[in-house]
Amino acid sequence: MSSLSRDEVAKLAGLARIEMSEEELVSLSKEFTVILDAVARVQEVASADVAPTSHPLSLRNVFRPDVVVPSLSPEQALSGAPAQEEQRFRVPQILGEE
Amino acid sequence: MAAKLASGETTSVALTQAHLDRIKAVDDKVHAFLFVDEKGALEQAASVDAKRAKGEKLSPLAGVPLALKDVLAQKNKPTTCGSKILEGWLPPYDSTVVANLKKNDIVILGKTNMDEFAMGSSTENSAYGPTHNPWDLSRIPGGSGGGSSAALASFEAPLAIGTDTGGSIRQPAAVTGTVGVKPTYGGVSRYGLVAFSSSLDQAGPCARTVLDTALLHEAIAGYDPKDATSINAPVPQVVQAAKDGNVKGMKIGVVKELNGDGYQPGVRARFEEALELLAKAGAEIVEVSAPNFEYALAAYYLIAPSEASSNLARFDAMRYGLRVGDVDGASAESVMSVTREVGFGKEVKRRIILGTYALSSGYYDAYYGSAQKVRTLITQDFTKAFAKADVLVSPTCPTTAFKIGEKANDPLAMYLNDIATIPVNMAGIGGMSLPAGLADEDGLPVGFQIMSPVMKDERMYSVGAALEAALLSKWGSPLLDLAPTLGAGK
Amino acid sequence: MSLTYDEVIAKYEPVLGLEVHVELNTQSKMFCGCATGFGAEPNTQTCPVCLALPGALPVVNEKAIESTIKIGLALNCSIAPFSRFARKNYFYPDMPKNFQISQYDEPICVDGYVDVEIETDEGPKKFRIEVERVHMEEDTGKSLHVGGATGRIHGAEYSLLDYNRAGIPLVEIVTKIVPGTGKYAPEVAKAYVAELRDILRSLGVSDVKMEQGSLRCDANVSLRLIGAEKLGTRSETKNVNSLRSVERAVRGEMIRHAELLNAGGRVVQETRHFQEETGLTRSGRSKEQAEDYRYFPEPDLVPVEPDAAWIESLRASLPERPSIHRKRLQEAWAVPDKEMAAMINADVLNIVEATVILGADPTKARSWWLGEISRIANDKNCGIADLAITPQDVAEIVALVNSGDLTDKLARQVVEGVIAGEGKPSEVIASRGIKVVNDDGALMAAIEKVCAEQVETAEKVRAGHIPAAGALIGAVMKETKGQADAARVRELLLGHLGQ
Repeated sequence: MSSLSRDEVAKLAGLARIEMSEEELVSLSKEFTVILDAVARVQEVASADVAPTSHPLSLRNVFRPDVVVPSLSPEQALSGAPAQEEQRFRVPQILGEE
Repeated sequence: MAAKLASGETTSVALTQAHLDRIKAVDDKVHAFLFVDEKGALEQAASVDAKRAKGEKLSPLAGVPLALKDVLAQKNKPTTCGSKILEGWLPPYDSTVVANLKKNDIVILGKTNMDEFAMGSSTENSAYGPTHNPWDLSRIPGGSGGGSSAALASFEAPLAIGTDTGGSIRQPAAVTGTVGVKPTYGGVSRYGLVAFSSSLDQAGPCARTVLDTALLHEAIAGYDPKDATSINAPVPQVVQAAKDGNVKGMKIGVVKELNGDGYQPGVRARFEEALELLAKAGAEIVEVSAPNFEYALAAYYLIAPSEASSNLARFDAMRYGLRVGDVDGASAESVMSVTREVGFGKEVKRRIILGTYALSSGYYDAYYGSAQKVRTLITQDFTKAFAKADVLVSPTCPTTAFKIGEKANDPLAMYLNDIATIPVNMAGIGGMSLPAGLADEDGLPVGFQIMSPVMKDERMYSVGAALEAALLSKWGSPLLDLAPTLGAGK
Repeated sequence: MSLTYDEVIAKYEPVLGLEVHVELNTQSKMFCGCATGFGAEPNTQTCPVCLALPGALPVVNEKAIESTIKIGLALNCSIAPFSRFARKNYFYPDMPKNFQISQYDEPICVDGYVDVEIETDEGPKKFRIEVERVHMEEDTGKSLHVGGATGRIHGAEYSLLDYNRAGIPLVEIVTKIVPGTGKYAPEVAKAYVAELRDILRSLGVSDVKMEQGSLRCDANVSLRLIGAEKLGTRSETKNVNSLRSVERAVRGEMIRHAELLNAGGRVVQETRHFQEETGLTRSGRSKEQAEDYRYFPEPDLVPVEPDAAWIESLRASLPERPSIHRKRLQEAWAVPDKEMAAMINADVLNIVEATVILGADPTKARSWWLGEISRIANDKNCGIADLAITPQDVAEIVALVNSGDLTDKLARQVVEGVIAGEGKPSEVIASRGIKVVNDDGALMAAIEKVCAEQVETAEKVRAGHIPAAGALIGAVMKETKGQADAARVRELLLGHLGQ
């Protein structure tokens, strides 16, 4: 029976940048036991000789020409910004490094 | 309505106003709309009337009003996707679907309610409260596009746009007694459709009749260079097919695994009757088997959340949308995490975690990787089935509309609503739901699903139109006439 | 305990890995039609796609694919018949989608190599560096960190994001591990990046300016005891902004690793940042808890299957390999190795060639560009390419000197004038009134004048003291405003004074 411990859920929440409450972590962990069992069924038929489909269409080589198209104005670009300064998006201090 | 507009019997402004009045009269009960654009709609209507007065040649649906699912970007109009995280967001651009609607002079009344980010089958996951089924206000209207279908069923709008990832157009259509189509994947541009599951999402037309749906289908479909997954081929001739409604000699395949076994009796009964009517109209009913369909639900609930976990990463409080927790000393990382915790609802968070897990290192092969293989098997099943039949059919969903709150705490039970609709999205083929009647046990609408091969959407409309005509004959008047009166007059 | 480099290489052998990112010079971005020009006002080159607005979708830039294939071919790679984009998922404010569209297990070019040659104690030695893959991805936006002391991320209060750069096409070139360089690891690394830069420049696919960031190098270094089989732990060094820094960074890391290992410690697998001022690296993000990127095929884009005919036509269009090009020029110009190296190091080979193509003698062309013009560029603290003078100008000037219309001295004035922006050589000559005084009569007049003024010196010469003539020649040159041909003056002067 597959399951996710509360700690594993916490790790996933970290990867997904969602700060979950203790309650949520525990409750999700419980739910996942049921859900994972249900979805694990896919392994029953997913044998090695079946190729995976990542696109429903058989399209290939869809490109656009290297031509410049008008951009948004900076006002439009910044229109949703929670904070801005000097025509740039203002964000809180970044801890991690690029 | 289009005819009346064309003949000058009425104006778009009058028509639009009538619908705005209707919305005012009943939407406090139905809650189909999140945003009603009174000013914008009337302005649009007036400009269409002016064009018509000048004698300009207009498209068939010009001047007819429409309700737009709130997952499609409309320039400078609120677009929330049913989520708090986008509350107040005004897109600086139009989705291609909206651009096409505007090109056809279709008047956009406003944005309709939906399960948050299209995740759900009941519209109960909307951050703005559920929509109520006009047939019984204590029941769900289906999801994720419950708002659009409810708007149609309550006569708040004659046309609507929905989106369908696992059944979100078809299942609401079924439980509200309206028509909804998910075109072939790639048939309608996804540019501007806020992504839930990129390889499954598709926008589609909804209306009260098959012909109206077809007219809307032709208005929005077509190749879009801004969508690399859009099909560069002519739009299938769905209007003509809807007008002809000819099923003589067509082979209609009943999918054994979706034939209604275990479904609500009334659902099954209406399905069987519909088959008889189609046979009478000249079609041949055959049985086909799709043994891998039983894995479709599991595969869907791995693929969709995986893609969604990635698609929804952009909602991070940096460039648009909700920002919470930006206090002294808070880091960008913590603002992101707190915002997402507060801005996303339970189901969205559940699917993001599930998707993150399914893609994570060490688990990819067992979950996402395996699900993509199931997808191949399902596509093969359809290919084999379509060798034997021109279209495939099934009941759209196992039950009629359930009560609001009934399945909210049981995610798996909720997911089972999509069991008949999901295979269609997995293979990228076309799917339609139209009303098959009411279930005897509860008097609620039942939907009949038609599935057509890739880029053969016109077949769905031929069969749908034929069935609709036969049923109309049988009932004597449209099914929606039987829906309860909501406000003063329909 | 600090070690010398010699001590390090006596005990350890280095293994290298180099990752180079190249910004392509396409007109528009990788997945949208926004302009890519450097230096625009912030957020003026953005759109729903590169801002990652809800609902936006990417579409691949055809020219980017073409450039990447050309790069792969120039690096002797095989072009994959089927290749796909993948999402690399992680959160960072300069990356709007919080995933990067890149390539994972199906890159477009694989298995190539680059040959470099470096100077060793035993003479020139060739090294073959194997290229594992070349793939396409997109660049991030630029952040300005505000409030901290240094403008860097540590201690900053907040950051300002400009997304003009987000979505610009990047090509990543990854080498296989490079063992066997021994003490020459730093030189090999530098030579590899330099050769890569030359190849990319000759293809015309990028500006390849390390200082501007259109060519970025990450150097991976690990050490193992000489003769050991197992690889040591590697560190990755970023922020390496010049060829010289590549060399310094590799050397620095080798020493740092050795000091750690000698002291009984262990090397941490991490990202480090190179510091220009000290030549040392500073610890950055620890890669020990590597971020799980959860790669999966990009569902919004369809696979790429480059048509064989197209690949062949691109292969046929490739320019001559820089190393072959250099050999050919060296032979044609009969230039000794040292001078060839000087031209290559000063980065003037192409400009000299352009001048030669316009008719100038190779030696003369070289001496102008490497000599006078380089000196002026140095004084102005800029690159030769930034000066206003062109190969055409230099070729003209060389021709004028050949024909006797200019002396070397006057030619230098013309060069100065052109660089100062006074126009083309002919315009400078006209406006400054530069003219070789060829007229013997005029020269004689000046000579006689000078001799009359400097009687003693003239007498010395008449007496047979030839060197004294120098002062008189100088005076005549002054008299003729430097426009006389010094050699002719000398001839006439000596003749006049009976020598």
